[in-house]
Amino acid sequence: MEFGIVELSRLQFAATAMYHFLFVPLTLGLSVIVAIMETVYVMTNRPIWRQMTKFWGLLFGINFALGVATGITMEFQFGMNWSYFSHYVGDIFGAPLALEGLMAFFLEATFVGLFFFGWEKLSKVQHLAVAWLVAIGSNFSALWILIANGWMQNPVGAEFNPMTMRMEMTDFFAVIFNEVAQAKFVHTVSAGYVTAAVFVIGVSAWYLLKGRHTELARRSITVAAAFGLASAFSVVLLGDESGYSATHSQKMKLAAIEAMWETHDAPAPFNLVGFPDQEARETHYAIEIPWAMGLIGTRSLTTEIAGINDLVAQAETRIRSGMIAYDALMQIREGREATAPEVKATFEAHSADLGFAFLLKKYVDDPRDASEEQIVAASNDTVPTVWPLFWAFRIMVGLGFGFIATMGYFFYRSSFKGMEFPRPALWLAVIMIPAPWIAAEMGWFVAEFGRQPWTVDGVLPTAMSVSALSMTEVALTLAGFVIFYTVLFIVEMGLMLKYIRKGPFQDVEETDLWTKRHNDRLSGRPSAIQPAE
Amino acid sequence: MILHELMSYELLRIIWWVLLGVLLIGFALTDGFDMGVSALLPFVGKTDTERRIAINTVGPVWEGNQVWFILGGGAIFAAWPPLYAVSFSGFYLAMFVILAAFIVRPVAFKYRSKRNDPRWRSAWDWSLCISGAVPALLFGVAVGNVIQGVPFHFTDDLHTIYEGAWYMKFIGLLDPFSILAGVVSLSMLVMHGGAWLTLKAEEGPVQTRARAIGSVAALVAVAAYILAGLWLAVGIEGYAIMGDYVTGGPSNPLHFEVARTSSWLNAYTARPWIAVAPVLGVLGALLTFMGLRAGREVSTLLFSKLAIFGVISSVGLTMFPFIMPSSSDPQSSLTVWNSSSSHLTLFIMLVATAIFMPLILMYTAWVYKVLWGKVTAADVSEDSPSAY
Repeated sequence: MEFGIVELSRLQFAATAMYHFLFVPLTLGLSVIVAIMETVYVMTNRPIWRQMTKFWGLLFGINFALGVATGITMEFQFGMNWSYFSHYVGDIFGAPLALEGLMAFFLEATFVGLFFFGWEKLSKVQHLAVAWLVAIGSNFSALWILIANGWMQNPVGAEFNPMTMRMEMTDFFAVIFNEVAQAKFVHTVSAGYVTAAVFVIGVSAWYLLKGRHTELARRSITVAAAFGLASAFSVVLLGDESGYSATHSQKMKLAAIEAMWETHDAPAPFNLVGFPDQEARETHYAIEIPWAMGLIGTRSLTTEIAGINDLVAQAETRIRSGMIAYDALMQIREGREATAPEVKATFEAHSADLGFAFLLKKYVDDPRDASEEQIVAASNDTVPTVWPLFWAFRIMVGLGFGFIATMGYFFYRSSFKGMEFPRPALWLAVIMIPAPWIAAEMGWFVAEFGRQPWTVDGVLPTAMSVSALSMTEVALTLAGFVIFYTVLFIVEMGLMLKYIRKGPFQDVEETDLWTKRHNDRLSGRPSAIQPAE
Repeated sequence: MILHELMSYELLRIIWWVLLGVLLIGFALTDGFDMGVSALLPFVGKTDTERRIAINTVGPVWEGNQVWFILGGGAIFAAWPPLYAVSFSGFYLAMFVILAAFIVRPVAFKYRSKRNDPRWRSAWDWSLCISGAVPALLFGVAVGNVIQGVPFHFTDDLHTIYEGAWYMKFIGLLDPFSILAGVVSLSMLVMHGGAWLTLKAEEGPVQTRARAIGSVAALVAVAAYILAGLWLAVGIEGYAIMGDYVTGGPSNPLHFEVARTSSWLNAYTARPWIAVAPVLGVLGALLTFMGLRAGREVSTLLFSKLAIFGVISSVGLTMFPFIMPSSSDPQSSLTVWNSSSSHLTLFIMLVATAIFMPLILMYTAWVYKVLWGKVTAADVSEDSPSAY
């Protein structure tokens, strides 16, 4: 593959987006966990919960700052580096971004200041409301950005307008209630909740191992494990829902994730592991689970899932249809309102495949001049590189099941074993802290890399979406972002670790009444380990 | 979906042009004092306590204010996609510098006081200063360039192509008129920051210095603004749409004929009432100057807002219907009539704005009310963990 402006721009987008996504999941989840802790404080009036709210709130704040800072880049980068994309689909894609600002960013950003500065200025209930508004705002922003992203995966509710040379919205509600977007939203916020739960449990486990802040740590684990267990189930179930919706909206991505080269008789098997070979179009040493793929992808035993080879053949048909659409479009562009109705009708009939004609632009300026070889080459281009998708997906799913197990274990210990945890489990929790980030980044990778060669699936190829910039400019900004973000990351990690080491502002004792009840409950169950409190 | 047909496309475009102005002004009024205070920081605060007073006057609100910037980007994307595509890629390196400033600022606010090391704090203070002053300057420079026209053209497919070498897209922005426009915006926001500090900082050295520097900035802003107006009258060509054109047609710049005309200021003969904007701009800045000298607090901030409102709206009203003219290929110029979203999208976004903007204004006002009052040295003492 030749390395040009398209690849460099993609690299910059991937770097800045994945960096941004280091902070987002923790913001999503920790905002809710902190709000839950403060709710317990307001309901029970036990000071230790106020302490917990403040401590985790502080770590939330350090993380939030970088989430905001790196998010700004995302909002502007579409116009900076992907100006043709912005022109071509801005009519649809811009709306959720603006709504995100109106509904979500203002909410979280206006109240996050009050969360930190308002402890003395607000009543307890008011402050609790502020905490929840921050959490709701953060989660709303995930909703809108995933509606935008979901549209890139499954572009519904829009059609091409030859007079403006762009896609325009025809049905706003179709864009909002896009099934891909909805599944993605719940999957992503759940992933954020799991991330925060793993983080809280890991940090608390470290305190328990060191014998510090044990009161705070035990309660934090209790909250995080319950919250994390529910979220871990949700993240896996909704991931499955995403797979199900991909069966009809993004067949190629699904086939690539599965390294499924040939259409298999229903129900198709699931390749547990294997070594996909793009050249030979087969998967070596595959270990298959019979029926599993058919069940996940179609929820039936009789529906077929198309393999890559068949999908390439379909793409070829669509490219030829797209060439007809392109020809009609050129005539409409010349004639404008005066164009003959037959030409308009031809365009209408083939406009859904216009994007496939654009795939030829990589080879010829005018897709109508494409040779047979170029058409074949362009249809082969619709297959993303399989092996990274295949493995990234399996790492993500494996970790997902790991989270269910871990959360289940900690939930069991904190609910039924008096919040006592064996040391190896605590060590495991500390070691696991990076795992949800790995899973989240893998998830993004599968979603975005799996959509290639398109920015908007079937509508606009990535190669056409970029701005007319020079390599030098993009190289400069890419270097700038990398240096800048690296420095910020080091500073952020330094501060995080400093404040984790330092621990809460001051330790607060649990109330006597609660301690007595807790001990009574434990003594009623002889098998329970005696609390060390 | 035929509800949107109730409002004409032309009317929706005008409303969204007004809303574009509202967003830019909202951004300048709120985030403007954050930038002003940041730029002033090393000069109004000599000791750590003084600097923390200055920082904590904006501490709880800068985050919400910054959303005006982000919403500005999102709303331009949604309502004016060609403008979003052309301007951000055309001002590529300048945008990067602005982004860098907006990335450093949140981090500097949050992290500055989290260590006691004086070098750590001083480094963040200076990065706050630069990250406030540089965008304040560059926003004006960008406006200066837009007024003169930007060298770009569209291909038949509406790909945007920029003329000239890549470095000219940054160095080339810094022509004398645009630098003057940058001076207007920088001095105006410094003035605004001074007015904010006068209101929010307790009486003492911070407030005194803010008043002194702010009043100088107000005078500079007036002088630079008037000079730029004279320059427009004699030295800079304007643009005009030629021939018959439709205002409710498809958003395609190539369907319009545009030529350069004698002056932008012809707009003041065609629409004399728009003269109210520059008058408010100058008057507001002068009243801010007097207020800062006299030490009035609330009214000075209001006058400063009035000045910003007048100056920004004067640019939009003078250029109407142009949003971003092209100097190398006038036909590619972006106007209100050729660079909006579709009829449906404009309508939906208007409904959403009509619902959420009042809510935003309401809860923002409530937050400012909760935080009402001066920031004092006691508020920022080391044992107050909630302060920056």
